[in-house]
Amino acid sequence: MKTTAVNMTEKEYLLPGNRTCPGCALSLAYRYILKALEGQVIATVPASCLTVLHGMYPVTSVTVPCVNTPFATTAASATGLVAGLKALGKEGLMVLAIAGDGGTHDIGIQALSAAAERQTDFLYICYDNEGYMNTGNQRSGSTPLGAISGTTPILGKQQNQKDIAAIMEAHGIPYVATASASYPLDLYEKVRKAKAIRGTRFIHVFTPCPPGWSFPFSDTIKIGKLAVETGWVVLYEVEGGVFRLTSASESIARKGNLKPLREYLMEQGRFKNITEEQINELQDRVNTRWKRCLDRAAN
Amino acid sequence: MARKVGTRMLDGNQAAAEGVRLSRAQVIAAYPITPQSPVTEKLSEFVEGRELDAQYIAVESEHSALAVCTSASMVGARTFTATSSHGLAYMHEMLHWTAGARLPVVLACVNRAIGAPWSVLNDQQDSVSQRDTGWIQIYARNNQEIIDSIIQAYRIAESVYVPVMVCYDGYVLSHTEMPVNVPGQQDVDRFLPRYRPHTILDPANPKNYNLVTLANPRINAEGVLCHGYIELRFLLQEALQNSRKMIIGVGKEFGEIFDRSYANMVWQDRLDDADVVMVAMGSLAMEAIVAADMLREAGHKVGVLGLRVFRPFPKVDVARALKKSRLVVIFDKNISYGSEGATCSEIKSALYGSPVRAVIRNFIVGLGGRDVKAREMVDVVNKSLSSMKEGDLNKEYPEWICDI
Repeated sequence: MKTTAVNMTEKEYLLPGNRTCPGCALSLAYRYILKALEGQVIATVPASCLTVLHGMYPVTSVTVPCVNTPFATTAASATGLVAGLKALGKEGLMVLAIAGDGGTHDIGIQALSAAAERQTDFLYICYDNEGYMNTGNQRSGSTPLGAISGTTPILGKQQNQKDIAAIMEAHGIPYVATASASYPLDLYEKVRKAKAIRGTRFIHVFTPCPPGWSFPFSDTIKIGKLAVETGWVVLYEVEGGVFRLTSASESIARKGNLKPLREYLMEQGRFKNITEEQINELQDRVNTRWKRCLDRAAN
Repeated sequence: MARKVGTRMLDGNQAAAEGVRLSRAQVIAAYPITPQSPVTEKLSEFVEGRELDAQYIAVESEHSALAVCTSASMVGARTFTATSSHGLAYMHEMLHWTAGARLPVVLACVNRAIGAPWSVLNDQQDSVSQRDTGWIQIYARNNQEIIDSIIQAYRIAESVYVPVMVCYDGYVLSHTEMPVNVPGQQDVDRFLPRYRPHTILDPANPKNYNLVTLANPRINAEGVLCHGYIELRFLLQEALQNSRKMIIGVGKEFGEIFDRSYANMVWQDRLDDADVVMVAMGSLAMEAIVAADMLREAGHKVGVLGLRVFRPFPKVDVARALKKSRLVVIFDKNISYGSEGATCSEIKSALYGSPVRAVIRNFIVGLGGRDVKAREMVDVVNKSLSSMKEGDLNKEYPEWICDI
C-alpha cells in the first residue's frame, strides 16, 4: 500500500518542543523515521544536532530508548547493541544508528565501514546537513565545493563532497537509499522497507539547515525540493543490487528535465562567493551523476 | 566439550582466556595487538568451537572494541575486551565513557611499552597512563592471579558498577607458561551469578542514556530534582572509594571456594619484621621476593609489598603495611614525565600524615622490556641503605636502573 498522509502511523515518537533550530529538516525527518519504525527500536546517537534534539538530562523529547555514544562510535555502538540483544536472546527489536554527515562521512566512517563489512544487522541513517552544524557550521567531508563555512570562511570550500551512499553501496550491503526531509512519504516508505530487511541497511537523508546554509527558516522544504529538482540530490534506492529512482527523481526522469543547479545555489547565502568556474564544475558533476542514474534505472 | 579442570601449564594469555570462558562472557570484541593477540585468538576458538556461548565481534579498532562492549553492556550482556599499549591509548575516550556510564565491562591489559619509538616489550606505562579514567585496576603477579583476577573482576564490576581492568605484564607473563589451577565451571557459576543490569533499553519503558547533562541539578518531568554532571562524578569517585570493601570481600569469598584467598589490596611478604621494604606492581613483585631473599641472606630485614590494586589506590593498606619501615624502595615500570613513578607518588600521598617517617627512594626500571634482575634490585637497595642520611627522606626526582 502506498503511503499517504492519511494512512501513516498517527502516533508520535518525537514529542513537540525539542531544542532544534527553527526550520530544522532533521527534526522533520526524524519524526517520520521514528513513525516508520513504530518506536520498536533502540537508537544510538553520537555527538550531533540530534543530541541537541534529544534534550538535556533529565528531560528528553523522544519516546524510544536511546544510547548516546562518542562521536566516532555510532556503528560500533550499534554493533554492541545488536550483539547484546542477540546474546540475551531478545528478538524483535531493531537497532537504529543515526548520525550526521560529520559523524558518518568523517569521524565515523571507519566504524561504519567495518560494521557494514561484518554485515551487522542494523539500520544506519545519515542525516546530511553538509557540515558540522552542531558546533557552529564548520566544513565536513560533505560540504559542497564553493560553500562558505566556519572553516572555509572567505574562499568557500575548495573540494567536492564525497558520495557516501556510493561508498556504502560499494560494501555490497542489501539496502542503500537516499531520501530527503522534503519528501517525507518517500523517506517513510524507505525506512519501512529497510526495517523488513536483515543485514546492514543505509539511508542517506538530505536535511537542509537554515542557519548553516543561510536561507530563511520558512524555506527548508523549498530548498530540499529545489535540491531534487536540480539533481543536487537524487532520490533512489538500491535493493539487493537493483537500482531504482523514486519519488520526484523518478517523475523527473520520466517526464521532464532538471532545473539548472544555479537556481538551487543562489537561494543560499553559503554560496555567495562561489565562482562561475565552481558553478560549472558542480553542474557537470550533477549532470554526470544524473546520467549515470538514468542509465542504471534503465537497466 | 568439557575442558580439563585442575592444574595445567598455561601462559598468561591462555589463563586470561580461560578466565573469560569460565566467566561466561556473552559479548567479546577485540582487535589484535602484540602481545595481546593470543587472547583474542583463544577466545575466537572457544566461540567457534562452541565452548563459549558468546558473540565474538572482530572489530576494526580498539576504539570500536570498547564501544561495542560498552553498548552491549548497556543492553545487559556480560562483556570482555583485551588490548595492550597503543590499543589501550586508542581506547582512552571510551575508557572514560564506560566508567562514566557505570558499565561493568572487564578488560585485560597485557602491559606493553608505548611509542615512540616502537617497542612491543613490557612496561606498565599503558595502563598507568589510564589511571584517571575511573576504572578499577588490578595487577597480576603470575598466571594464576590472571585467571583468578578475571573471574573476580566480573563479580566486583557487576557489584559496584565500575569497569575493571586486569593488567598483566606482556611476555613476562603473557607468553610464559606456568602451572595454573583452572577452576571448574560449576564452582565459577556458584561464585559468579548472572549479571543484573542497571540499564533498561525497552521501548515500553524508554530511557535515554548519557544525554547532555548540565552543571547544575535539574528537575525532570515528574518534578524530581536530578543530578548535575558533578554529582555523577562524585558518585563514580564514591563507588571507587567504596569498592575496596567489595574487592576484599570478593577476594575472600573466592578463597573460600577455590582455596586461594585474595582478601587483600596488597601482597605482603615478610613485612612483620622488615624495616626495609621493596615495593613493586605486577610480576616485578615476584622478582622482588627473590631480591629480598638475597638481602635477607646478607642480614638485612627486608620485605616486599606488592601492589595488587592500583585503583582504587589502597592508601590505608599501604600505610599500615609500611608502618615499621625506615627505608622504602619503590620500583616503577612507568614514569609520570617531569615527576616520578606513579606508584611512588601514590605511596607518598598515602603516607602523608601517617606516623611513618621512612626514607623513600624511587627507581624507574624495566621500561620497554629491559630485564630487571633481582641482583640489580639488591644493588639499589644496598645503595639506598648506605646513602641514607638523617632527615633526607625524599628525593625530588627518581633514580633509574639504566645505562645513563
